[in-house]
Amino acid sequence: MNSKYFYYKRKLTSSIMMLLTFVAALAAIIPLVFIFYYTISKGVTYLNLDFFIAMPKPVGEPGGGMANAIVGTLILIGIGGAIGIPVGVMTGTYLSEFGNNKFVFLVRFLTDVLSGIPSIVVGVVAYTMVVLPMKHFSALAGGIALGILMIPTITRTTEEMIKLVPHSLREAGLALGIPKWKTTLAIILRTAWKGIATGVLLGLSRAAGETAPLLFTALGNRFWSTNIGQPIASLTVYIYDYAKSPFEDWNQQAWTAALVLILLISVLSLVFRIITRSKYKTN
Amino acid sequence: MEIKLSVKNLDAYYGKNKVLNNISLNIPKNKVVAIIGPSGCGKSTFIRTLNRMHEVVGGTIKGEILLDGEDLAKTDPVLLRKRIGMVFQKPNPFPTMSIFNNVAAGLRLNGVRNKKKLTPIVEKCLKQAALWDEVKNNLDDSGANISGGQQQRLCIARTLAVDPEVILMDEPASALDPISTTKIEDLIFELKKDYTIVIVTHNMQQAARVSDYTAFFYMGELIEFSDTKKMFTSPEKQQTEDYIRGRFG
Amino acid sequence: MSSVKKKFENNILKKIFSSHNLGDLIFERLTLLFAVSVFLLVLLMGYEMYLGSKLSIDKFGWSFLVNSTWDPVQEIYGALPIIYGTVVSSLLALIIALPLSIGVAIYLAEVAPPWLEKPLSFLVELLAGIPSVIYGLWGIFVLVPWIRTDVEPYLSDKLGFLPFFRGAPYGFGMLAAVLILSIMVLPIISSISRDVLKSVPHSQREAALALGATKWQSTIIVLKDAKSGILGATMLGLGRAIGETMAVTMVIGNRALISPSLFDPSYTMASVIANEFTEATSEMYLSALIQLALVLFVITIIINAFAHLLVWSMSRKWKTA
Repeated sequence: MNSKYFYYKRKLTSSIMMLLTFVAALAAIIPLVFIFYYTISKGVTYLNLDFFIAMPKPVGEPGGGMANAIVGTLILIGIGGAIGIPVGVMTGTYLSEFGNNKFVFLVRFLTDVLSGIPSIVVGVVAYTMVVLPMKHFSALAGGIALGILMIPTITRTTEEMIKLVPHSLREAGLALGIPKWKTTLAIILRTAWKGIATGVLLGLSRAAGETAPLLFTALGNRFWSTNIGQPIASLTVYIYDYAKSPFEDWNQQAWTAALVLILLISVLSLVFRIITRSKYKTN
Repeated sequence: MEIKLSVKNLDAYYGKNKVLNNISLNIPKNKVVAIIGPSGCGKSTFIRTLNRMHEVVGGTIKGEILLDGEDLAKTDPVLLRKRIGMVFQKPNPFPTMSIFNNVAAGLRLNGVRNKKKLTPIVEKCLKQAALWDEVKNNLDDSGANISGGQQQRLCIARTLAVDPEVILMDEPASALDPISTTKIEDLIFELKKDYTIVIVTHNMQQAARVSDYTAFFYMGELIEFSDTKKMFTSPEKQQTEDYIRGRFG
Repeated sequence: MSSVKKKFENNILKKIFSSHNLGDLIFERLTLLFAVSVFLLVLLMGYEMYLGSKLSIDKFGWSFLVNSTWDPVQEIYGALPIIYGTVVSSLLALIIALPLSIGVAIYLAEVAPPWLEKPLSFLVELLAGIPSVIYGLWGIFVLVPWIRTDVEPYLSDKLGFLPFFRGAPYGFGMLAAVLILSIMVLPIISSISRDVLKSVPHSQREAALALGATKWQSTIIVLKDAKSGILGATMLGLGRAIGETMAVTMVIGNRALISPSLFDPSYTMASVIANEFTEATSEMYLSALIQLALVLFVITIIINAFAHLLVWSMSRKWKTA
C-alpha cells in the first residue's frame, strides 16, 4: 500500500513541477511584454518625421528630434566595426584554422572572459587610453570602446562558422595544390561568410545599445557633429540624460528614442535573420 | 505456452513517416525472442513500442499491444516501465552515481530509501549480472569509471533491480568487445529462467545462440516469426533465407 | 607569461622552417598578429587601469576595500559601502533569478514541445538583447512608481517587523535594483542552462524513464549530470549582475550607504563610475574611480574565468563519454 501511495505522490510531484517550469517560462516573458508595451505605447506619441531629421530643441520648446543622435550612433558603431570586425574575423580565423595549441586555447579563453568584462570598465580603459592623451572627449574614444566590446562576439562566431565548413572542402582546395591561405580566403571564408556576417551584425546591434562605455568617451553633444575628434551624440546617452531630467517633455522623448533604438536594433537583427535563413536554404 | 506480450496489427510512426506496418506477433513467457533484420528495418522502433519509449522521442502507434492481456495504451508508462525493463545499445550508467547507487536507482525512484533493504537487492542483482566479483570492493566508485562491458552489465543489474517481468535489450552487445559479448550472452541464457527477454541484434550468430524464437523484420514489415532453429535451418520465406545466408543487409 | 611567450616564439620558428609557402606564412602570421592583439588587449586593459589608479592605490592600499567613507570633498575614498551595495544587489538578484531561470531552462530543454521551444527561446534571448538603458528607462517610469505605491507599502505593512523592510517608500533603492537585475540576468542563466541541459545525452533520460522514473525524476537525474554547467551559467549571471551599469544606476538611488533595509538607496561600483567619472575634478578622485574599475575588472575576470571553465569541462565530459 505504501508503494501505491508513493506512486501517486511522485506522479503528483512530477505534474506540479512540470507545471511550475511552465509558469517560470511564462513569468520570464512577462517583463519582455511590459517593456515592449511601454516602449511602444509611450514612444509612439513623439514618433514623427521630425524626430529623425530635426535637431534637439532647448528646454521648454516642444518638438525637435534626434537627428544628431541617430547619426552619432551610426558613426560610433561604424568606428567600432572598423576595429572590431577585422580583429574579430582575423582572430576567429586564426583560432579555427591554426591548430589547437596552448596559445589558441588561451586566446579562446581570454575572448570568452573579455565578453564578461563590464562595458563600463572598457569605457574607463578607452578614457585612459584615448581621452586622456587627446585631452578631450571624442567619438573616436567611444568608437574604440565599442570596437573592443564587439571583438568577443565576432571572434567566436567566426570561429564557430569556419568550423562548420566541411573538412572535405578544405581538402579539396589543398588537393588541387592551392596554398592554405588561398584555400582559406577563397573557399572557407566564402562559404562561411554568411554566418560570419550574422556574428558581425549581432556585434553591431549590441554595440548600438551600449551606454555605459560612451558616458565619458563620446560624452554626448547637443549639436550636429560628424567630427570623430569631437564629442558626439548617441541615442543611448540621450535616453539616459532625458530619462533623468525633470522635464516631462524630455522624458517623453526618451521613450521615443528608446523606440527608435529598438527599431534600429530590430532592423539589424532582421537583416541577421534573413541572412541566416538564406544560409540554411542553400545548405 | 503462456503468452506474455501480444502485439496486434501494430503500426508505428515518426510524425507522418510510417516505420512499422501491421506487425502481429506473440511473445511467450520465459523465452528469449530475437529480433533481426538489416539496419533501418524498424527493429529498434519495434522494441521501443513495447515499453512505450517510442513516444518519448515523439513517435506514435496504431494497433494494440497487450501485456498479460492488458492494453499498454491504457497503462501508465511509469508503472509499465517498471514491469518491462530496458537495456540500451550504448551503456548508459548514471555518471553522477556510484556503482551501488546505479543499481539502486530504480528502487530509489520508486520510493525505497532504506539502505538495509537496498543492500541485499543490489548484491543479488550484481551477482545475477555476473558483475559482483569485479566490483564488490569498489561499490562507491562512479558508475562511469568501469569498462564498457562492465558498464553494460551494470545497466543490466540496474534493470533487474526493479524486478521487471520482461527485459528488452536493444543491441546490448554491439558496442562491446568479443569477451564482454560472450559474458552478456551467457547472462541472457541465465536470465531467461526468470524473465521474458526480447533482444534486438544485427548479429545473426548471436540470435542463433541465445534465442528460442526469432523474428525477421524487413522494411518495417514482419517477414517471418518462428522457432529459432527452424528459422536458421529452413526458413519459409525467400527474403529471410537471403538475409540469413548473407546475400544482403 | 614567459613560458607562453617562449612557446609562441617556438611556434613561429617552427612555422618558418617548415613552411614551403611564403603566402601561407604571411597569412598565418597576420591572423596570429590579431590573435596576439586580443591577448595583449586584456593585459593592456589591466595595465592601463593599474597606471591610472596608481595614485589612489599608493595612498589607500588595501584600506580602499574596507574603509567605509566615500568623500570626494575631503578626498577620502573607501569603497566598502559600494562593494557592499554591489555584492548585496547581485546576490539578491541571483537568489530571485536562479530558481526561475532553472525552471525556464528545464521547460525549454525538457518539457516544451518543439514548436513552442523555438519561439520561447527566441523571446528569452530577446530579453537579453534589450539595451540596459531601456531597462533603466522602464525602471524609472514604470517599476519604481509601482514599487513606491504598491510593493513597499505592502511589504512594510506585512513584514515591517524585519529590518529589511523598513523606512520611507522612495521607490528608488536597493529593492528596485534587485528586481531589475533579476530580470536582466534571468535570460543569461536560463539560456546557458538550457544549452547545458541539452548537452546531456538523451540516453540519460531514457535510462531513467526505462526504470520507471516520472518526468520530474528523470529531470532531476539530468540536472545532477548538468550540475557544474549550471553552476557556470549562474556565475556568468553573477558576473553580469556585478558589472551591470545603466539600469542599476537609474534606479538604485546612488548613495554610498550600508543599510539593512531594501527600501534605502545604495550604490554599486559600476554606478559610482557611471555617475561620478565626468565630475571627477581632482586627480585623486579620478584615480580612485579608476581603482574601482580595476577592482571590478579583476572580480569579473575571476568569476568569468571560473564560469567558462565549468561550462567547458561540462561539455567536454559528454563529448568523451
